[in-house]
Amino acid sequence: MSVPLLQVADLKKHFPVRKGLLSRTVGQVYAVDGITFSLDKGETLGLVGESGCGKSTAGKTILRLIEPTSGTIRVNGERIDALSRGAMRPWRRELQVVFQDPYSSLNPRMNAGDIVAEPLVNYGLASGQALKDRVSGLFAKVGLRPEQMQRYPHEFSGGQRQRIGIARALALNPGLIVCDEPVSALDVSVQAQVINLLMDLQGEFGLSYLFIAHDLAVVEHISHRIAVMYLGKIVELTDKRSLFASPQHPYTEALLSAVPVPDPKARRKRIILSGDVPSPINPPPGCRFHTRCPYAEARCKVEEPAMREVRPGHFVACHLRKVDETAFATIARA
Amino acid sequence: MHAASPQASRLSPLNQRRLANFRANRRGFWSLWIFLVLFVLSMFAELIANDRPILVRYDGNFYVPIVQSYPETAFGGEFETEADYRDPFVADAIAEKGWMIWPAIRFSYRTVNRNLTVPAPAPPSAENWVGTDDQGRDVLARLIYGFRVSVLFGLILCVVSSIIGVIAGAVQGYFGGWVDLLFQRFLEIWSGLPELYLLIILASVITPSFGILLALLLLFSWTGLVGVVRAEFLRARNFDYVRAAKALGATDTVIMFRHVLPNAMVATLTFMPFILSGSVVALTSLDFLGFGLPAGSPSLGELLAQGKANLHAPWLGITSFFVIAIMLSLLVFIGEAVRDAFDPRKIFR
Repeated sequence: MSVPLLQVADLKKHFPVRKGLLSRTVGQVYAVDGITFSLDKGETLGLVGESGCGKSTAGKTILRLIEPTSGTIRVNGERIDALSRGAMRPWRRELQVVFQDPYSSLNPRMNAGDIVAEPLVNYGLASGQALKDRVSGLFAKVGLRPEQMQRYPHEFSGGQRQRIGIARALALNPGLIVCDEPVSALDVSVQAQVINLLMDLQGEFGLSYLFIAHDLAVVEHISHRIAVMYLGKIVELTDKRSLFASPQHPYTEALLSAVPVPDPKARRKRIILSGDVPSPINPPPGCRFHTRCPYAEARCKVEEPAMREVRPGHFVACHLRKVDETAFATIARA
Repeated sequence: MHAASPQASRLSPLNQRRLANFRANRRGFWSLWIFLVLFVLSMFAELIANDRPILVRYDGNFYVPIVQSYPETAFGGEFETEADYRDPFVADAIAEKGWMIWPAIRFSYRTVNRNLTVPAPAPPSAENWVGTDDQGRDVLARLIYGFRVSVLFGLILCVVSSIIGVIAGAVQGYFGGWVDLLFQRFLEIWSGLPELYLLIILASVITPSFGILLALLLLFSWTGLVGVVRAEFLRARNFDYVRAAKALGATDTVIMFRHVLPNAMVATLTFMPFILSGSVVALTSLDFLGFGLPAGSPSLGELLAQGKANLHAPWLGITSFFVIAIMLSLLVFIGEAVRDAFDPRKIFR
């Protein structure tokens, strides 16, 4: 088997909480607390979870826009988590990012053409007419007219701006694009256009996406596999069909039950979680979800569940799930 | 939306709006024009106030004394030294065989009027329009040259200290952390030094020339902008497009100067006219105290000190006061208009 494009192992990012005159560290925000996953070439991994669960932090840490506290990040098998700023630079060509807010992620003082050309200029990949041609090619790729290169970001709509952001990310021919909620700032019809654009580009260039989102419908549409995060940890990781058909973690169950169904007569069991997400400064001991879990047992409050493969390719961190031997047996027999 | 025709204007809509806001502040707008006219005029001070004629026609030849010096013998005199065109002997000799075109004021800043009928400082007269100082030098000529020195000094000091301040603030704000912490403590100590006393001590050890005085004042004036630029950089370093630039492989220098600095420039430019007027005041006060430019240089501060020493000659104090007051007011008014122009919330009409 070939080496996965991206391997993340036990990645942690803790932010110190400082207080007082001497800014003593009085605690840590456990924003990302040991996540492990891998991503193959041409694959999309959806990373979902509610606000504040650390999914954006995870994305930024993988890109080394935030320095990881511990853990390893490998790209094509090479560790990039401890590289210096300078040594990191060549790797940035491989890892690109599309941000959530298309308004704040484009420099308002640069025109669209310069924005898209910037990565090429940074790496000295093209100049003069060649640069112009590359940029107009990228514009065409993302469905913008090359004449629009002279315009400034404020003269574009939200969807168009996100296309500029995508063109900029594509400029360096990266292997992986981290999409940090790329469509959550757009309205629904434009969301669909941008998602479809991302999928078309994946087919064309063999891109991998780490797709961070909170909208399950969007994630279902674009992802091959999905990781569900809760309070800095991945609680369930599996391919999308298996996740939507048989969610194993109680949190995933509750999340899925909250997805709106476009049928006013549909009656289904809605799992309402009580309480709020606990503070990531002081996460509960044992299973992090036990404070809100409808099935929690005594054991959940003391012992932290490990990620286990309960079915082939279906990982979950929950004490209550037993390994499904029959499913493994079926695979083994086949 | 507006039609984006590139031919319409080379300025971006934002800059057009800023220009309109600047113009809308009538006082500042006119102050800028008056200041520019005065500044440009003072740049040609040699053509306005000089003890040599602009052009001499003598014996069929043209002479340009303000750019070249001619011996007295050239005009039929006796000495090999430079001709003193104010000397009636030379003037008559030239008038016989040609003519002279004089500047409006026939005194340079260091020309001593030796024909005074009253003891110096002489009151205003037809020859010395606002009198002479206590060494018999024409006050108006000294004001014109003094204005030029003050403004040039202020401009150079302002620009150089802004460049240093912006770079220092940028480095501090962009890297943050320990760099910021240590630099900030250093700045606190540095700006806590008693500036004026140090300047006086230094100026009495080293004889200050224009350049040395500039360097001395620069030692303390560069800190002015650091705080503002640092704050802007601290704010902007976490903007998404700055993060994006980092992810796109931009080097720190590129991020600082292409992505962050244009944002910090608004705050910086708004401060500029006030820094300029501050620099002018600093020079004037050192001159007033006698620790400024070398003796004999045209200086508003020195004239002000003469005014204080010669209260019976009010034209000294009054004129220098008015020139300084008008110059500083103009700069402050311009500064206000610049501030308005860059204020995103300001709406006129």
